[in-house]
Amino acid sequence: METLMAFVIGVLYATATYMMLRRSIVKLVIGLVLLSNAANLLLFTTAGMMRGAPPLVPEGALQPEGPVADPLAQALILTAIVIGFGVLAFAVVLIRRAYDVVRADDINRMKGTDT
Amino acid sequence: MLLTVLSGFFVAALAPLVHRHIPPRHSGLLFALFPACLFFYFAQQLPAISAGAMLLESQPWVAGLDIRLSFMLDGLSLLFALLITGIGTFILIYTGRYLGDHPALGRLYALLLCFMASMLGLVLSDNLIGLFVFWELTSITSYLLIGFNHEDAKTRAAALQGFFITAGGGLALMTGLILLGLAGGSFELSQLLSEREALQAHPLFLPMLLLILVGAFTKSAQYPFHFWLPNAMAAPTPVSAYLHSATMVKAGVYLLARLQPALGGNDAWLWLLGLTGAITMLMGVYLASRTTGIKQMLAYSTVMALGTLTMLIGIGTEQALIAAMAFLLAHALYKGALFMIAGVIDFSTGAKDFLQTGGLARQLPITAAAAVGTALSLAGLAPMFGFIAKETMLESVMGAPALAVVFSVAAFLSATLGITIALVVGIWPWFIRRDMPELPTAFRSPGPALLAGPVVLALLGLGFGLLPALPEQALSAAASAAAGHAVVAELALWHGVNTALVMSIAALLLGTLLFCNWGRWRSMTDAGERFARRLGPERLYAMGMEALVRFSAWQTRVLQNGYLRYYLMTTLGTMVVLVMAALSMNLSGIRIAMDFSGVAFYEYVIAAVLAASSIAAVLTNERLGAVAALGALGFTVALTYVMFSAPDLAITQVLVETLTVILLVLVLFRLPGFLKLSSRPLRLLDALTAVIVGGTFTVLILAVTATRYFPSISQYFVEHAVSDGFGRNIVNVILVDFRGLDTLGEIAVLSLAAIGIFAMLKLRSGGQE
Amino acid sequence: MNQQSLILRTTGRFLLPLLLLFSLFLLLRGHNEPGGGFIGGLVAAAAVSLHLFVMGTNAARRVLRLTPRDLIGWGLTTGVLSAVPSTLLGEAFFTALWFEITLPLLGELKLGTPLFFDLGVYMVVVGSVLTIVLNLAEES
Repeated sequence: METLMAFVIGVLYATATYMMLRRSIVKLVIGLVLLSNAANLLLFTTAGMMRGAPPLVPEGALQPEGPVADPLAQALILTAIVIGFGVLAFAVVLIRRAYDVVRADDINRMKGTDT
Repeated sequence: MLLTVLSGFFVAALAPLVHRHIPPRHSGLLFALFPACLFFYFAQQLPAISAGAMLLESQPWVAGLDIRLSFMLDGLSLLFALLITGIGTFILIYTGRYLGDHPALGRLYALLLCFMASMLGLVLSDNLIGLFVFWELTSITSYLLIGFNHEDAKTRAAALQGFFITAGGGLALMTGLILLGLAGGSFELSQLLSEREALQAHPLFLPMLLLILVGAFTKSAQYPFHFWLPNAMAAPTPVSAYLHSATMVKAGVYLLARLQPALGGNDAWLWLLGLTGAITMLMGVYLASRTTGIKQMLAYSTVMALGTLTMLIGIGTEQALIAAMAFLLAHALYKGALFMIAGVIDFSTGAKDFLQTGGLARQLPITAAAAVGTALSLAGLAPMFGFIAKETMLESVMGAPALAVVFSVAAFLSATLGITIALVVGIWPWFIRRDMPELPTAFRSPGPALLAGPVVLALLGLGFGLLPALPEQALSAAASAAAGHAVVAELALWHGVNTALVMSIAALLLGTLLFCNWGRWRSMTDAGERFARRLGPERLYAMGMEALVRFSAWQTRVLQNGYLRYYLMTTLGTMVVLVMAALSMNLSGIRIAMDFSGVAFYEYVIAAVLAASSIAAVLTNERLGAVAALGALGFTVALTYVMFSAPDLAITQVLVETLTVILLVLVLFRLPGFLKLSSRPLRLLDALTAVIVGGTFTVLILAVTATRYFPSISQYFVEHAVSDGFGRNIVNVILVDFRGLDTLGEIAVLSLAAIGIFAMLKLRSGGQE
Repeated sequence: MNQQSLILRTTGRFLLPLLLLFSLFLLLRGHNEPGGGFIGGLVAAAAVSLHLFVMGTNAARRVLRLTPRDLIGWGLTTGVLSAVPSTLLGEAFFTALWFEITLPLLGELKLGTPLFFDLGVYMVVVGSVLTIVLNLAEES
């Protein structure tokens, strides 16, 4: 499954890169969303994927029976998803403010606002 | 000792608060009680220390790095501690009157006390790292002190220059001290000092020595780093009197004397210190003799004194070290007094230049008397303590193990010019009557607070000269510490007629001659000044700074060009090249394996949906279409989490996906629609870039999943979640317990993003709307 | 946002308390089953956002009673404070402490500083997300 996911993540990174290279600011936002999903999946895949073994300990036991999916990677991704939302919101609002000031959809025309 | 150092910072923190409730006239006296108490504490230790005892005190500080907050009190530290607290007492009394009406006086008190505490920490530190921390603290506090009148651009520039040079030297010093600690096997000075053979035989001895010397030389204003010191005269006079007589600039000298037993006694030490010191001494006294600014002349003569001290420590014989300690004490006494006298002249008449003064003895009789006394000491004339110091110095340079002739000639020249500047200081403003220019301001009487310091210090200079047995004990102890073995200083005013005395007399005659022709001497040497302005060290420093600014402007223009796509291309290109290079060199057994076994049909479908929805987000021409594609992608990702054992992730992903849609609806649709802005070839180029980047990630993941260098630490969490964390959801236990500090950081980031958004939406800057 | 359908308005009114309760449930059970501060916080934030779409921003602010920005501050404070008790006992910062209390009806209950920390996370997530959403909604 990791091999298959490697290709899927490759596609996600490629689309994210393409979108972020566009000059339209809205496409940049979409590129950001794609990128954060790609990064989360990359972490998830490289930690090793396991079917039907969530990192939960059954009631009354001290340890899970048998191997479980990597909980550390999941903890990392969980916060990454939430922070990803915060950062996305920040970027979106920033772009929105920049658009209000510059009134240009073209990123290339947004340069030089502070020089 | 820890208490004496830390209490200084504590008192400093209280000073501005206390100051607010006390008339400035008395606040100086009140704060002066603190260093006075410390002075008596240290003075009490004198008998024990001079009997050879050494006080050690140690507290763990950064236990993980084996850094201890440890202090050591021996003869050398004690001499410095006495000077720091003793002169500090008078400085604080003086400050209260000198700057009595300044609105930021409270801040000055706080800074002075902070500086004093740092300086005490520096001379008392036993740990190299602790010493370095206090060293940098003195740099920072002195930066703030020099730049106290921060409304003035020149003052700021001077403060910054001093800071750059001393902090730059501090970096070298840090490297040197770390090398020293590693080579000597300990970071405690008290242990390092007995590691002499091991240190000097170490292959890195020379680099270590050079780095430490750069630190010491920048701090103590040795040539070619001397120029920051005269510029630092932009500081208020009490600050100059404190920093540039007894304390800050002596830190480098302290370090050299402290390390002399460990690093000294070889040719490199002798040549480097001896010659740098001699050159600095001559440069200092020469520049002093041709300036007419009162504080400038004192500053250059401080440079001379620092050069002399460095030279003496470089020579490193017992006699030279005794001479160094005697000279150190003499200099601290007369230079502190002279700076305060310069302040009195400024306070009473507003004059800052010798050419503005003359015949002041009638208006300022006590000041004039103190000035004559201290000038005698500066000149090295009997019966002042400066005379004893200079005679010992002359005797010891003639007894140098090498380069004795060079040192003797340099010392003689410096003594000659020293006489000249002493005569200028001691006679010119007081007794020479010329057709006086108008005084810059109306005359103000200085009063006892301003006179206490100069008078007491001048009297001490006289008393120590007449009764040299008084300071002998402390000087012996200090010289013993600097030599590494017990040394007994025997000082006497009258040594009989010897070579040193003959040299002194010759210097006196020549120097007096020069003083009578002071104006001619200044115009004679103008050529040298013009040359220095074009190619001197200060000019080189300024050119270096300009070049640095130009270089950063250039590289900012090139790298920060403002086009997002270039930033992205640079970052991504670097990443692709590095990853591909690492993989293709295959240094550490990286394998790339493909394994499609065991993939169920519906998993292929999910993978296809993931890929297809992301491609759809790219291809669509509508914002709504793109958002829908992103939604599909997000929920499929959640599905992936569900199927591969991550229920927490799946829930989070679904919720965030929902909120993302709300966010995009609220903002994205207030932005303009998609536009095709790029040309077709450019789009093809970008597509190619994108495919390369994506491919790199695919290869990277294949490599990572096929190679494991070390076992995952996750197993620990799996095994201990219930027994240590009392939770059965291992992910949550990691988040709130095992890695709680990380999570705290993460929620802090989230808060910052939210507050940043709030600020962007609510706090509009005025002009733009 | 005034032309909402009646169905949405009615269900919204019922859903809000249910969802908020559910979010607390997720928060509390998070230590043992899927859930926790992040997830609970997101559910609560989503619930208030739904209310916002149905009833408007003023109503959403009334539900909260205190501004979401204050909630961020309280959450961070709770999080930091939950790490402090261990230092007072001489243990490393952030070491978890557990104690058991016996309640008359519920039996034995295990409480620990990580639970308070999770509560802090919950408050920060709710506060942050709602600061973003409410201010953006008021903007438009």
